[in-house]
Amino acid sequence: MTTKDRAPALGADGWFTTGDDPHLIGSRCDACGTYAFPKRSGWCPSPACRGTELIDTPLSRRGRIWSYTDAQYQPPAPFVCPPDAFEPFAIAAVELEAEGLVVLGQLVPGVGVNDVKVGDEVELAIGVLFADDTREHLVWQWRPTGGTR
Amino acid sequence: MSTDDVVVLGAGMHPWGKWGRNFVEYGLAAARTALDDAGVEWSDIDFVSGSSTMRNGYPGYVAGATFAQALGWTGCRVASSYAACASGATAIEAARMRILAGRSDVALVVGADTTPKGFLAPNAGDRPDDPDWLRFRLGGITNPSYFALYARRRMDVFGDTDEDFAAVKVKNARHGLGNPNARYRAETSVEEVLASPMVANPLRLLEICATSDGGAALVLCSADYARSHGVIDPVRVAAVSTVTPTYPNTIIEMPNLATDSSAVATAPERPFKASIAHAAYEEAGVGPEDLDVAEVYDLSCALELDWYEDIGLCAPGDAAKLIRNGDTMIGGRIPVNPSGGLACFGEAVPAQAIAQVCEVTWQLRGQAAGRQVDGAKVGITANQGLFGHGSSVLLVR
Repeated sequence: MTTKDRAPALGADGWFTTGDDPHLIGSRCDACGTYAFPKRSGWCPSPACRGTELIDTPLSRRGRIWSYTDAQYQPPAPFVCPPDAFEPFAIAAVELEAEGLVVLGQLVPGVGVNDVKVGDEVELAIGVLFADDTREHLVWQWRPTGGTR
Repeated sequence: MSTDDVVVLGAGMHPWGKWGRNFVEYGLAAARTALDDAGVEWSDIDFVSGSSTMRNGYPGYVAGATFAQALGWTGCRVASSYAACASGATAIEAARMRILAGRSDVALVVGADTTPKGFLAPNAGDRPDDPDWLRFRLGGITNPSYFALYARRRMDVFGDTDEDFAAVKVKNARHGLGNPNARYRAETSVEEVLASPMVANPLRLLEICATSDGGAALVLCSADYARSHGVIDPVRVAAVSTVTPTYPNTIIEMPNLATDSSAVATAPERPFKASIAHAAYEEAGVGPEDLDVAEVYDLSCALELDWYEDIGLCAPGDAAKLIRNGDTMIGGRIPVNPSGGLACFGEAVPAQAIAQVCEVTWQLRGQAAGRQVDGAKVGITANQGLFGHGSSVLLVR
């Protein structure tokens, strides 16, 4: 049995690490220390800063749910879904305290809106967004840790 | 009326629906209706300001010149504005600024669209550098996903209920019953709303606005021009707010995948949506306590409640009390969306901010038959466009 290639989905190349403790990769301004996700380059997003060095930096693996929802109907393209295979999925906006960011992402498959609440702790996971004949296209997802606030 | 006021001389719409015809037809009909309402000939218009149509973020297809050509070339000046759902306010502001600068006497503002069915979606083609493409591709995150995130947060943080959201739909459906320009004119009930299919939990089909065809237009002019036409007590444009967010914007904003960072810079005193109306109040020198009527962008029923707080009708977290008390019904303390709102219209993106101003104009003139707010003298519109476009117009008579 051949193993498919695994690679970040188009658009997310370099946005996360894989392995046992995956991280999202954001930017940190070398001048003022503010963060950005997705990564950016060229200039600091803060109007109070003239910094131009934005350094790739791993973001906190864990955060708290700011809010959540789900998709009961198949989203339109460019969302990719095999014909007749749509399964509703859940989405969370997750607050990363150290970085002061709220980052969107799907919740891991099998976790629905009834399984989470605002303030619940989640951690980053890497999952398969979709697969084609040769490749699994990877994306970041959020998985509840069981911690609540 | 001060000599440096800009006034609304005419307002017109093409009814909202799913007509499936060319958008130019709707814009043309709205423009002719507004010109007739103003008593102005098209050939007298010296500036046409077009609100550009879009497909989830992409300008194009419609420009001011499209409408100028359809009405018949006269050589008048033209501009086109793109600010997503806020495009109409930006087009109004372009016309208002030319009038205030003394470069135009009388201007026509037009927006119209033919909107595809279903979820609004980005244009075709792979564009991995485009945040609007990325959110669909990497997350399947649609516009209702964002509305639902805000709605769910209201429930978990403030204790709002499904019934509260449904009550907004019931109110707006009742308001829109008598509006000849509304697409949906039927009463509904909390039970019917809650029985409609779940789209993006906690939002159901009847709690999310449809996509519609429609067109709206305004004739704006200087106070002197209005006087010379014998109009002595017109509706005045007291303020137009087209603000952008202030860094760091800490509320997740369509179409982004993340907020700005508040790790170093402190979040501004007012979140973006609250800053939109605030800028209009500051410019007009009035406050929310002066309002008689408001038209706000109810993309979802829950979002209407967010606007109650963001335009200052109540403190954050208290909006559900207003809907429970009937405060925002016609006849209540401060009626909101007497037109029926997007709940009864659906969204025809480039026309919508202009349509809000049409409605408030009719309300302040006492011409909103079947949905009139008695004695309305001060009204506000509020709206927000994809990517960080604020839109609020304050009208006074």
